[in-house]
Amino acid sequence: MINPGHGRGPDSGAVGGSSNSDPFPAGLRVLVVDDDPTCLMILERMLRNCLYRVTKCNRAEIALSLLRKNKNGFDIVISDVHMPDMDGFKLLEHVGLEMDLPVIMMSADDSKSVVLKGVTHGAVDYLIKPVRIEALKNIWQHVVRKKKNEKNVSEQSGSIEESGGDRQTQQQRDDADNNSSSANEGNWRSSRKRKEEEVDEQGEDKEDTSSLKKPRVVWSVELHQQFVAAVNHLGVEKAVPKKILEMMNVPGLTRENVASHLQKYRIYLRRLGGVSQHQGNMNHSFLTGQDPSFGPLSSLNGFDLQALAVAGQLPAQSLAQLQAAGLGRSSLATKPGMSVPSLVDQRSIFSFETPRMRFGETMSSGGTKQMSLLHGVPTGMEPKQFAGGGHLRLQQQMRGVQNAQSSGMMMMPVAADQRQPSFLGQQQQPMLSSGVLRRSDLADAVAVRNSVPESSSSSRVLPATTHSVFSNYPSEIPRTSFPLASAPRISIPASVSYQEEVNSSDAKGGSSSAAATVTTAGFGNPSYDIFNDFPQQQSNNRLNDWDLRNIGLVFDSHQDAAAFSTSEAYSSSSSTQRKRRETELTVVAEHMQNHHHHLQPPSRSLNQMNQIYMNGGSVRVKSERVAETVTCPPATTLFHEQYNQDDLMSALLKQEGLPSEFDFDGYSIDNIPV
Amino acid sequence: MQRQVALIKQSLFDQGYLDDQFMELEELQDDANPNFVEEVATLYFKDSARLINNIDQALERGSFDFSRLDSYMHQFKGSSTSIGASKVKTECTTFREYCRVGNAEGCLRTFQQLKKEHATWQDRRGLGRQHVGPSKERDK
Repeated sequence: MINPGHGRGPDSGAVGGSSNSDPFPAGLRVLVVDDDPTCLMILERMLRNCLYRVTKCNRAEIALSLLRKNKNGFDIVISDVHMPDMDGFKLLEHVGLEMDLPVIMMSADDSKSVVLKGVTHGAVDYLIKPVRIEALKNIWQHVVRKKKNEKNVSEQSGSIEESGGDRQTQQQRDDADNNSSSANEGNWRSSRKRKEEEVDEQGEDKEDTSSLKKPRVVWSVELHQQFVAAVNHLGVEKAVPKKILEMMNVPGLTRENVASHLQKYRIYLRRLGGVSQHQGNMNHSFLTGQDPSFGPLSSLNGFDLQALAVAGQLPAQSLAQLQAAGLGRSSLATKPGMSVPSLVDQRSIFSFETPRMRFGETMSSGGTKQMSLLHGVPTGMEPKQFAGGGHLRLQQQMRGVQNAQSSGMMMMPVAADQRQPSFLGQQQQPMLSSGVLRRSDLADAVAVRNSVPESSSSSRVLPATTHSVFSNYPSEIPRTSFPLASAPRISIPASVSYQEEVNSSDAKGGSSSAAATVTTAGFGNPSYDIFNDFPQQQSNNRLNDWDLRNIGLVFDSHQDAAAFSTSEAYSSSSSTQRKRRETELTVVAEHMQNHHHHLQPPSRSLNQMNQIYMNGGSVRVKSERVAETVTCPPATTLFHEQYNQDDLMSALLKQEGLPSEFDFDGYSIDNIPV
Repeated sequence: MQRQVALIKQSLFDQGYLDDQFMELEELQDDANPNFVEEVATLYFKDSARLINNIDQALERGSFDFSRLDSYMHQFKGSSTSIGASKVKTECTTFREYCRVGNAEGCLRTFQQLKKEHATWQDRRGLGRQHVGPSKERDK
């Protein structure tokens, strides 16, 4: 017999009692999102019974706008998974990125895959409907946990604020640039917002990688690597603090330290959405020797990359092509009459909002770090700094950007990685591997050009995924183009069309082999715009506006990249520039110049990094801008996207119109190990 | 009166129409919300009628868009489970299984069953309410 009232009574009574005695859980501000009115009503009632302050909402979009309007108005979000207007996971993503609030997912769907998806996307909990009040009574713990973590982070570093200051400055500068450049503010802002988000992520990454939650223990990169190694050895799911501690065998480290770090690390992994799994691959392809050090980084990348699937490694040819492309690009830059970028530009090479200064520093100091592209980024950028903004996220792109200043460095080809987000179940399409181009000074660049046999020959454009990131550095330009993994469903259709486009473009390129063409792929994503943050040439720089929201576009780009990689024809094409603008956003995927000109790209130094998140159905592209100094050759070219001849034409026209060169780096953030 | 209500409820439980979740709802009903269960039930039937209608239309079209059907049914399941309509929930689950495997026949059959359970639930509820007394409206 079931006795109504039996069993519940105690619970509810307990709730009330506890609330009274200890006010804390009472008054917890909860936002409930569910399109099902019945569930919503019940949930509201239950939550109120817990003495929480409840705001209910039947649409994810509305919820998001509520959250944005009132960033500090809520302590926790409870969201249904299946909603018509916006997938709960997407909402989760947005909330995680923008507000950093704990989010609890709920659904009647108790399939393991969905639950796992929620967890990997950063949900702090996953409730199966029917939701019980007992479960709701304890949700405040997530709020406490979150705040506790944040507190630790803030305590950790004073540097964070400093970095924040830098960032602020950077932003202002960017703004000024934007104004002068006449870039549309809307895009700019969006991009900036995006950056911030990225920074936030970065911050988290930082926490995971190098930071320390415990004041006493500083999780240095090395320490974190040890930690990661131990966890990997044990298995992420099976790793327990005690065993990790034993494996690490670090004096002074306590189980609590490890436990805390493990918790963060797991959260981090979740947020990566399974990307982490690909890390190993990434490391291999990119950094053979550096694996350990990059491990953490790669994870960061992975985070961004979630959505991205990396195609197979780039063949040597492709690398050569990339280099050539870079050279060509540089030539293009010069062509427009752009003067060679001044040193000043170089300083700003890395301009992520915050990181920029740092990057600059690292760059300058980095004479020795060629390889450091990957390294430099992680190290150079401290989690704290990113975290400092609160929501700043570093993009991995930055990493890619780091270039070794060492002169004589030529372009570094990067092998592409294939990644598949297992969690997402997304299909990965083979994409181009990322190529890293480095440039030394202009003189160096020239030498490089010569040095590179392939480049001497007709330059080839490397196909890159749309997301591939190109970083142009004055000194060295690492390029990494990452193919993004696209969700299967989306990618498939898009890929077809793209390839066709690509082919056409290729043919075209072939015909006009002499002429270098720049291809830029534009993806319009409403939410994310990529802006060039470069003070110097922002107007020019802004080639790519990424909208995160356009999933379809993103996928397309990915597919394109894949197509490119596969198609040699493309590579053969001397140069291609393409621009695409879709909807509002235009993403410049690549600038490629084929011609033997391996001039350095004069000015641009924008690196935009695009991160694409593909979560399930939703893909996000994040683009970051890296202010790069002029010297960098725009080697990076991404041909992910399908280009129509028309597009090419228009792109060319645009280029002409553009005074300066554009370097776009389509970074698939995830891929960017560098 | 109370006893009557309890009896009716008990019979519903015994027959599997209601599950623990319904009790949970009753727990939520207090002086401040004397009609909570009623309101929720009303809302449920109103919304579920809409869903049933949607599914009906989708099925009548002949072409089976399983993902769409699954989506509808998921919603149905969500609300049914939240209110404790266990039998309806069971049918929802079955329906979704058929959707998954693309069994149109199974979907149709299950849906008929689901509607039946839903109607029963509704009827019982109405009945119970009448016994109880003030039933405002037959939901739906």
